[in-house]
Amino acid sequence: MATRTAYESGLDKFNRPGKGVNVIFNLIFILLALICVVPMLVVLSISLSSEESIRQTGYHMFPTALSGEAYGYIAQQGTMILRALGVSLFVTIVGTVLGILLTTSMGYVISRPNYKLKGLLTWIVFIPMIFNGGLVSSYYINANLLGLKDSVWALILPLAVSSFNVIICKTFFKSTIPDGLIESAEMDGAGQLRIFFSIILPISLPVIATIGLFLCFAYWNDWFQSMLYINNQDLYSLQALLNNLMSNVDALAKNAANMGVSYAMLVATMPKESARMAVAIVIVLPVAFAYPFFQRYFISGLTIGAVKG
Amino acid sequence: MSTKAKGRRLRTQWRKQDAELTLLALPTTIWYILFCFLPMFGIIIAFKNFKISGGFLSNVVNSPWSGFKNFEFLFKSNDAWIIIRNTLGYNIIFIILHIVIPVALALMIGMLHNRRAGKVYQTMMFLPYFLSWVVVSAVGWAFLSFDKGIVNQMLVNMGSEPINWYMEPKYWPYFLIFMNVWKGLGYGMVVYLATITGIDRTYYEAAVIDGASIWQQTRFITLPLMKLVIVMMFILAVGRIFYTDFGLFFQVPRDANSLFNVTTTIDVLVYKQLKTATVGMASAAAFVQSVLGCITILTANWIVRRLDPDSAMI
Repeated sequence: MATRTAYESGLDKFNRPGKGVNVIFNLIFILLALICVVPMLVVLSISLSSEESIRQTGYHMFPTALSGEAYGYIAQQGTMILRALGVSLFVTIVGTVLGILLTTSMGYVISRPNYKLKGLLTWIVFIPMIFNGGLVSSYYINANLLGLKDSVWALILPLAVSSFNVIICKTFFKSTIPDGLIESAEMDGAGQLRIFFSIILPISLPVIATIGLFLCFAYWNDWFQSMLYINNQDLYSLQALLNNLMSNVDALAKNAANMGVSYAMLVATMPKESARMAVAIVIVLPVAFAYPFFQRYFISGLTIGAVKG
Repeated sequence: MSTKAKGRRLRTQWRKQDAELTLLALPTTIWYILFCFLPMFGIIIAFKNFKISGGFLSNVVNSPWSGFKNFEFLFKSNDAWIIIRNTLGYNIIFIILHIVIPVALALMIGMLHNRRAGKVYQTMMFLPYFLSWVVVSAVGWAFLSFDKGIVNQMLVNMGSEPINWYMEPKYWPYFLIFMNVWKGLGYGMVVYLATITGIDRTYYEAAVIDGASIWQQTRFITLPLMKLVIVMMFILAVGRIFYTDFGLFFQVPRDANSLFNVTTTIDVLVYKQLKTATVGMASAAAFVQSVLGCITILTANWIVRRLDPDSAMI
């Protein structure tokens, strides 16, 4: 492997500082990168500490007594966390698919230059970026009028479309799909629905990936909708469960009866502190492994979005 | 004659396509009506003496008008001054830091000799952006918890008294500013870095041949070419000055009552009052936020359009 950098080989001396400054810059970035990553490692370390050591000496950067009891407890007592995982997965998958369909279809329609209602629909997309009804009236409409209180759809529907994503789609369709392609399909007698689903969508994978990732992370990381609309603990997502555990550590002991022990005994013996950090790790682990591979789609979306919208 | 026939033929052809495109846009249009436009009309409850029980629509129509009573309550309370100060104060600090720090770091990372190292740093600094505020709140708790937190253990090891962080308002402005910058660092750099990598290398070649130092290259090439993006990000951020990140101000301080004065912004107040069913003040505060937000966003957009028409929203 070549250890000479582009700078050393003389190819890339423009806009580059001297070696000393380069070392200082690298040190600064190493420090910043550690500040961004180490806190999650601390949470991992707490989740792997034994409850006994936490009780005696508190949290530590490195576990003083390594133990998998928190994860064992989670796996063993199952139902509550498995159900929350199920809710999170369902909401993320269904929400992402629904969101992609709603977003791309609208983006496509308002990107068609000859469409008669283009002006009207473009305003329908734009106005909410400027003005919104605010939390209070949104809450009452979703909870009372649409009957979303304590429904899994309260976690899915309100987040499905964002005008920002629709604009990204519209910009993509406008700039990358040649008009000739659609015109020739029209000449062959294909209807607009068919053109959209069998011609446009298959060649729009980059923008679908970008929108899909935005939606995926938004659904997986959402806790606000749960806080507003969900009281039934069976409908808690992982985020809602962690939110609940942060304010009430004993909530994990709720299904004591399922395990055949008394509530008091379970509260006394369960690994409370490490278990809630373990739930945080269950939430973060898939994200932490996924984002380095997908961040380029994120970045392309953010750059389009920042410039246009 | 032929143009007339052609026109009719075109119009009928459009009609079929228009119908199909309308059908394609219908689900999303319904979504917009239900989740965006209905709440816009629901905003009139700020001017009503709204009762929660029963059906929503009949309540909105039947509940008596109260004029500006709700607003009087809001602005006569001590909370009004606190939330306005917090919302604007924090946002002004965030806007400045979210430009100065990411621009400086993007300039620096663009100068690193080893591109691959730069990519690794950028990826690592992107991690907090992908964490939810609930997780960040758990991370904060690991450090700041009174009896078990890492910070207090360090203090004790150094011979100082432990501090009950969640009871001490004076530290929280710094914590909140730090958390906000920490979480937004990777995201903030993306746009600026894209601009820097898009700069034509021949500018630098010419400058180096003329004997320009690295600082002169930054000062006279990179920064001037970034100016437009920086100004636009600034204006767009100013446009959202009446909106705050609810998760930061509610989850990270863990809704601690003793921190009320330094952590309550418009969004937090509206949420708390909504949960305690004091609809009057909450709807008045939400109304003020929506209207002022609308004005600032439109103004910001108007300025952007004058600077660079392609980047304007409308």
